[in-house]
Amino acid sequence: MNAYAGTATLTRLAFRRDRVMIASWVIGITAVVLGSAKSFASLYDTPAKRASLAQSTNDNASLRAFYGPVFGWDGTGALTAWRFTVVGAALAGLMAAFIVVRHTRDDEETGRHELVAAGAVGRRAPLTAALLTACGAGLALGLAAALGLAAAAQDGAGAWVFGLGLAAGAAVFGSVAAVTAQVVETGRSARGLAGAVLGAAFVLRAAGDAATDDASSPLVWASPLGWIENARPYAGDRWWVLLAPLGFAAVCAVVAYTLAARRDLGAGLVAGRPGPPVGSPALSGPFGLAWRLHRGALAAWAAGFVVVGGVYGGLADSVADLVKDNQAVTDVITRMGGQSRITDAWLASAVSFLGLLAAVYAVQCVLRLRGEETSGRAEPVLAGAVGRTRWAGSHLAFAALGPAVLLAVGGLAIGLAHGSRAPELAGAALAQLPAVWTVAAAAAALFGLAPRATGAAWALIAVCVALGMLGEAIQLPQAVMNLSPFTHLPKLPGAPVELLPYALLTAAAALLGAAALTGTRRRDLAG
Amino acid sequence: MTTAIDATGVRKTFGRTVALDGLDLTVREGEVHGFLGPNGAGKSTTIRVLLGLLRTDGGDVRVLGGDPWRDAVALHRRIAYVPGDVTLWRNLTGGEVIDLLGRLRGGLDPARRAALVERFELDPTKKGRAYSKGNRQKVALVAALASDADLLILDEPTSGLDPLMEAVFRRCVAEERDRGRTVLLSSHILSEVEALCDRVSIIRQGRTVEAGTLSELRHLTRTSVSAELAGPPDGLARLTGVHDLAVDGNHVRLQADSDRIGDVLRVLVESGVRSLTSSPPTLEELFLRHYRDEADDEAGAAR
Ligand SMILES: Nc1ncnc2c1ncn2[C@@H]1O[C@H](COP(=O)(O)OP(=O)(O)OP(=O)(O)O)[C@@H](O)[C@H]1O
Ligand SMILES: [Mg+2]
Repeated sequence: MNAYAGTATLTRLAFRRDRVMIASWVIGITAVVLGSAKSFASLYDTPAKRASLAQSTNDNASLRAFYGPVFGWDGTGALTAWRFTVVGAALAGLMAAFIVVRHTRDDEETGRHELVAAGAVGRRAPLTAALLTACGAGLALGLAAALGLAAAAQDGAGAWVFGLGLAAGAAVFGSVAAVTAQVVETGRSARGLAGAVLGAAFVLRAAGDAATDDASSPLVWASPLGWIENARPYAGDRWWVLLAPLGFAAVCAVVAYTLAARRDLGAGLVAGRPGPPVGSPALSGPFGLAWRLHRGALAAWAAGFVVVGGVYGGLADSVADLVKDNQAVTDVITRMGGQSRITDAWLASAVSFLGLLAAVYAVQCVLRLRGEETSGRAEPVLAGAVGRTRWAGSHLAFAALGPAVLLAVGGLAIGLAHGSRAPELAGAALAQLPAVWTVAAAAAALFGLAPRATGAAWALIAVCVALGMLGEAIQLPQAVMNLSPFTHLPKLPGAPVELLPYALLTAAAALLGAAALTGTRRRDLAG
Repeated sequence: MTTAIDATGVRKTFGRTVALDGLDLTVREGEVHGFLGPNGAGKSTTIRVLLGLLRTDGGDVRVLGGDPWRDAVALHRRIAYVPGDVTLWRNLTGGEVIDLLGRLRGGLDPARRAALVERFELDPTKKGRAYSKGNRQKVALVAALASDADLLILDEPTSGLDPLMEAVFRRCVAEERDRGRTVLLSSHILSEVEALCDRVSIIRQGRTVEAGTLSELRHLTRTSVSAELAGPPDGLARLTGVHDLAVDGNHVRLQADSDRIGDVLRVLVESGVRSLTSSPPTLEELFLRHYRDEADDEAGAAR
């Protein structure tokens, strides 16, 4: 049929453009699944321990809300599937949504789509190629995770249902994104809307699981993630439940095609609204501009910190119940949190997690600076009476102060959800700042001294995340752990406060920041 | 102070690429100066050096009496710039960008801003992503023209404008000149250069190959002559300054260097002239000659 002409070529092109991204998602998610299978195998090595974990989870509404009920506990596979079927499907969905938006709305926005549409390419080909790419990536992820889990759990049957669940997550949210990409005008909003649908699906499922302990609540059945949960890998293997998400994905795809046929290239169903014809007085310098460019993202991140902090804080008491009979788990949590009181250890690991997230935000702010430069938007600003330091400073201010806002908000949210110690927890979260600043300043130094390598800042983040989340659990040597600035922070709340690490990290950040600004003043501006 | 821009022997390399190779550029105060050259000649690079966005590897550059790299911020209060490729912030409206860019330079005249928005028929309420290429260019043009800058640096400012808007642009630049502003205008549109520019500089491969007023440059060019003679011509081929000679029986067509035209006529008269047309050199021919020489050079180098 003519409408699909060129689909194969476009799909190949999309896989080529995305091969690194897809490979990173697949390897990353599979590695996390395998890592946790490994630790379940060693920490819950007897039927008694597994049964007690299942019992205390199923008895606790907030744990059920977060992880879902435990349907089966006769082996490592069952526990891993309990922990990762929903989360893995959500992550697969996120990957698929990104892929679909990237090859539909993003391409329309940049004009690449026009270039393609002018060639011998059918009307439906770009959307079809995007969906095929997303589903292909989902299948690759499902296959890798299933093979890995089958090997790690030494039990194959459930692993296939688990892998199919992940692929179904990709199909559902990939096609949801295909719809949102038709509805709004920018890739950013299309991703945001698809993410909101995913969040809503997660919340529905969580609410339903909090209400019932066997995932039978209508709320669970109202959520695509709830359907995937109910496939129950290693606990009945009800693979036919997965027909529901696949059907839902098919319906979404039909809706997306219908909408696409009814709108103009580049336009959305929701037209962009006109804005003010003159600039407000606040928009009068590089800082005013930076505020306009960063405020939306900062608000969204702050909302995310409230949610994450709230979840961690809300679980704090349940966690103590959950692990009180399992010495090995208690050991891991106290190693990560660094203290003997299990609740403090849990709160401290929550605070460290917020610190890592804040570093991601800060690095994004620095990369924004590079984006302004390479897109040519920095040029007219610097051709005004604006020095390089002021221009760079306007964005770096967000890299430095944005994390302070986020950590304060996140720390307060932990405290409020936990029901006590809010000021102390906000302080503990803010104490992450020197490490966040060190990472941000290192990224800025890359921007100032080796601008082409600014993207390598993500590698810094990857190292910090890997060491912070897995290092203690797999007991890496201290010399390796010391590579991450976060290792050097006292584990608050609970641990004694030492000033020296804070002073040293702040000094390192200041030095790197100075190098960044000096480099920025001296180098050519890319155009 | 009579020179707004004075650059001599400017060199700039990007890795192995030599973008500017001893470029000279003099722009006098109050003139509209055309800046021409084939793609990749180094026009945009020169402009980015003049704005202090790039650091030179050699040579001297003075802009409005200052050093563009060291005194960038102070100089930029007096310079307005329109880049060749205008990218806007997607969540800012055109009106907001105009005000922002004006304020970054130290403010703009609200009455002129309003008049220019009207003349360029720009809708200032659209968001950056919704503008077409030409409209993005108009946003940058309004911001530059509404400012009180002494020097306007325009890098191919009309490449996306329709003919109607191009005419508006010409009138605006002429007004700016009448108000005593200096304009450096890089352009590939020769009629625009011919209509607006007092002097031009032509660059090629990072070097200045020609600079002067348009009439000075015309002087350097060739006049085409076509003549019907009484008998076969004699001795034309031996004359210096004669090019592209084509003899077809009694009909002659040739190109003559403008300062040799007298000699050519004398030879033609000797054979008896029945009819004669001679067309003065157009700017087109002048540029094509300079641009084509480059292609020839490259062909020669490749061989
Ligand atoms: N940042 C850069 N890195 C590497 N090479 C560059 C860079 N900027 C310019 N060049 C090279 O310098 C040369 C001059 O480029 P420039 O953009 O100044 O040309 P131009 O005269 O403006 O051309 P056009 O008419 O196409 O706009 C080109 O060969 C270009 O490839
Ligand atoms: Mg150019």
